[in-house]
Amino acid sequence: MAATEIARQAGEGARAVPLAGHVGFDSMPDQLVNKSVNHGFCFNILCVGETGLGKSTLMDTLFNTKFEGEPTQHNQPGVQLKSNTYELQESNVRLKLTVVNTVGFGDQINKEDSYKSIVEFIDTQFEAYLQEELKIKRTLHSYHDTRIHACLYFIAPTGHSLKSLDLVTMKKLDSKVNIIPIIAKSDAISKSELTKFKIKITSELVSNGVQIYQFPTDDETVAEINSTMNGHLPFAVVGSTEEVKIGNKMVKARQYPWGTVQVENENHCDFVKLREMLIRVNMEDLREQTHTRHYELYRRCKLEEMGFKDTDPDCKPFSLQETYEAKRNEFMGDLQKKEEEMRQMFVQRVKEKEAELKEAEKELHEKFDRLKKLHQDEKKKLEDKKKSLDDELNGFKQKKTAAELLQSQAQQAGGSTTLKRDKERKNIRLQ
Amino acid sequence: HVDTAEVNPSHSNMSAPPHPQPPAKGASHAAGDFSYVGIDAILEQMRRKAMKQGFELNIMIVGQSGLGKSTLMNTLFKSKVSRKSVVSTPEERIPKTIEIKSISHDIEEKGVRMKLTVIDTPGFGDHINNENCWQPIMKFINDQYEQYLQEEINIDRKKRIPDSRVHCCMYFIPPTGHCLRPLDVEFMSRLSKVVNIVPVIAKADTLTLEERDFFKQTIREELRANGIDVYPQKEFDEDSDDRMINDKIREMIPFAVVGSNQEYQVNGKRLLGRKTKWGTIEVENIAHCEFAHLRDLLIRTHMQNIKDITSSIHYEVYRVRRLNETNGQPNAQPPNTLDSNIKYIMIHT
Repeated sequence: MAATEIARQAGEGARAVPLAGHVGFDSMPDQLVNKSVNHGFCFNILCVGETGLGKSTLMDTLFNTKFEGEPTQHNQPGVQLKSNTYELQESNVRLKLTVVNTVGFGDQINKEDSYKSIVEFIDTQFEAYLQEELKIKRTLHSYHDTRIHACLYFIAPTGHSLKSLDLVTMKKLDSKVNIIPIIAKSDAISKSELTKFKIKITSELVSNGVQIYQFPTDDETVAEINSTMNGHLPFAVVGSTEEVKIGNKMVKARQYPWGTVQVENENHCDFVKLREMLIRVNMEDLREQTHTRHYELYRRCKLEEMGFKDTDPDCKPFSLQETYEAKRNEFMGDLQKKEEEMRQMFVQRVKEKEAELKEAEKELHEKFDRLKKLHQDEKKKLEDKKKSLDDELNGFKQKKTAAELLQSQAQQAGGSTTLKRDKERKNIRLQ
Repeated sequence: HVDTAEVNPSHSNMSAPPHPQPPAKGASHAAGDFSYVGIDAILEQMRRKAMKQGFELNIMIVGQSGLGKSTLMNTLFKSKVSRKSVVSTPEERIPKTIEIKSISHDIEEKGVRMKLTVIDTPGFGDHINNENCWQPIMKFINDQYEQYLQEEINIDRKKRIPDSRVHCCMYFIPPTGHCLRPLDVEFMSRLSKVVNIVPVIAKADTLTLEERDFFKQTIREELRANGIDVYPQKEFDEDSDDRMINDKIREMIPFAVVGSNQEYQVNGKRLLGRKTKWGTIEVENIAHCEFAHLRDLLIRTHMQNIKDITSSIHYEVYRVRRLNETNGQPNAQPPNTLDSNIKYIMIHT
C-alpha cells in the first residue's frame, strides 16, 4: 500500500534534524555544477530591432568575438529570423550560444505584420521542446534547447519616445520571452537627453502594460545589485569591436573627431551594466524563467487549445494515452504507406530497367544482323573476285598450252632460228 | 573531529580535474581576446540557485530485521534519521505483511539544505513464506514514478515537481560468508530493473578480511551470473573517465559495513565504533570496514549521479511502458476526452 508517513509535524512535514558531524552532502552543489560543466550550457539570445541599430556589433562586443558576415540590406520584403549557433569556451565552461537576428525589421512600408514572424519563431522553439517532452521515447537531457532565453530589444536613439512599432512588438512578446530593452547607438544622445529619454520609455512601457524582464531580487547575494540595475533600464549601450589606445591601454571604443566613446567606461555608456546583468549575474535566471514561466504558459495554452483538461485524476493519463495510441497508429500507418510507396517505386524502377535492357538487346540484334549482312556481302565480293581471278588463270593456262602446242608444231615443221625467233616473239607476246 | 579515515579523493569526481577540453570551435579565441566575458560566472549562478532550492534524496533500505539497517542510516547521516529513532514502538514486532514506512528530514550542512527521506521496509524476508515479498516494494517504487508522471503531464503543473521517486535502494545482505540466498537473488534481480540497487554486507564485523574478500567475490560472481546490474551500472557509464572511476567501485562492491551510534575513545580521539572485549571496531576506519567507501559513494561523490540515473533512465523506462499500455481499464472514457482526442488527431494530420 502507499507509504505511511510518520512523524509529520504541523507545517512542512519533514523534521529538521541536527547533524552530529560532517556528513558530506555539502558537496552536492559541486556535483551538480560538475555535471553541468561536463554537459555544457546553452544560451539563446534574440535581437530585435531595426536594421542598422548595431545589433551584430553589440553581440560581437558582448562576447568578445567576431560572429558573422556582412551587414544586411535594407530591402527585405518581410521580417526574417536568422539564427546562428556558436560554441564558446571560457576556462572550463562550454557555451553553445545561439544568436537570432531579425532581418528586415522595420524596413517595410507597412509594418503591421512585422511582429508576427518573431512571435512565430519563438513559438516554434517552444513547440519543438513540447514535442520532445511529449514523445514517448524522449532524450530530454541531451536535447539542444533552442528556446529563446533573452530578447534584447533595440530602441532607436531618437531621444523622444518609443515608436509605435516598438510598443506593439514588445507587447506581443512580453508574455513569451524575457525582454531587456536597450537604447542602441546611445552615443548619439547627450547625457541629459538620455535621462529624459529613459524616463519617457519606462513610463510608456508601464502605461502600455508591457512586462519587461526584472532582474530577480529574492536572493540576498545579488538582490542589491539587481535592484539597482533595474532602475537603470533601459540600458544605453554602444558597441564596438575596434580598439583605440587610451593612456597606455587598448580599449574598445568609437573614435570621433570630438572625442572617443569608450565602450567599457561606465560614464560613457551602460555596456558594462548590460554585460554584467545579462551574462555574469542572471544568465541562469533568464534560462529558468524561460523554462518555468514562459514555456509553461505556452504549454498550458497549447494543451488547453487541444482540448485537454485536468478534470479528474483518472482522465489524464488515459486521454494522453489515447492520443499516444492514436499517434502511434498514425505513425504505423505512415510507415506502411511509405513502405508501400517504396515497393511501388521499386517495381516501377525494375520495369523501367527491364524496358531499357530490352531496347539494348534489340539494338544489339540489329547490329548483329547488319554486321552479318556486311560480312556476307564482303564474302560474295571476294568470291566473285576469286572467280574472275580463276577465270583469268584458266585463260592464261589455255593460252599457254595453245602456245606450247604451236611451238612444238613449228619446231617440227621448219628452221630453228625462225622457230627461235617465233618462240621469242611468242614469249614476248605472252609476257 | 570524526573524519579520520577519509577515502582518497582520487575516487571522487569532485576533485578530479575537469575533463580535457577540446579547443572551442568558432571564434572564441579571436585575436585580442584578453577581455573577460564572464561566461563562467554561470557556474556560480547555478550554485546559488542550487543552494537556494535545496536538494532531495530518497533512500530505501531493504533487508531482514536485525541487520542493523536503522543504525547504518543513523551513522550515514550522523543523526537520528531512521524510523525507529522517531517512533518509539512499545515492542519490536515483525509486521504480518511488509510495510513501507517513509520518514522525511530536513538536514542542513554548510548552507546546503537537503530533504532526506528514508523509506523503511519492515517485514521483508522475515516470514516463513517469503514469496512475493518484493511485490509491495516494487509497487511502492512504481507508485512514486506514477505520482511523478501524473504531475508531469498535468496541464497546470508545479514549477518544481516534488520528487518522491526512490533514488537508491540499499539491500542488506546478511554476513553468512558463503553466497547469496535465493531471496537475495530474486529480489535484486527484479528490483535492479527499476531502481538503483546498492548492496551492502551488513554487520561485517563478524567476517575476517579473508572471509570478507571471498564473500564479496562470490557475491559479485553470482550477481554477474544472474545478470543483476547493481549501481553503478556498466551500461550507464558516460565516458572513459567515468568508466575508470566506476570500474574501481565495481571491484569493491558490495561494501562490507558496520554501523554505530556510539562514540568511543580511541588513541585520544572520539570515534564512532563498536566496543568488544577483543577490541574496538572503528566505523570510519577503512582498515576495519568499508563504511567510509559507502558514505563517499552515496553522499560525497555519486549522489547527483544516482539521482540522474533514476530520473533519466529508470523513470523514463517506466514512462515509456506506461504510455504504451493499451487501454485495459474497465471504465470507458468520458466523451469529452474522446472528442478532444479526435481533435488532436485531426490537428496533427
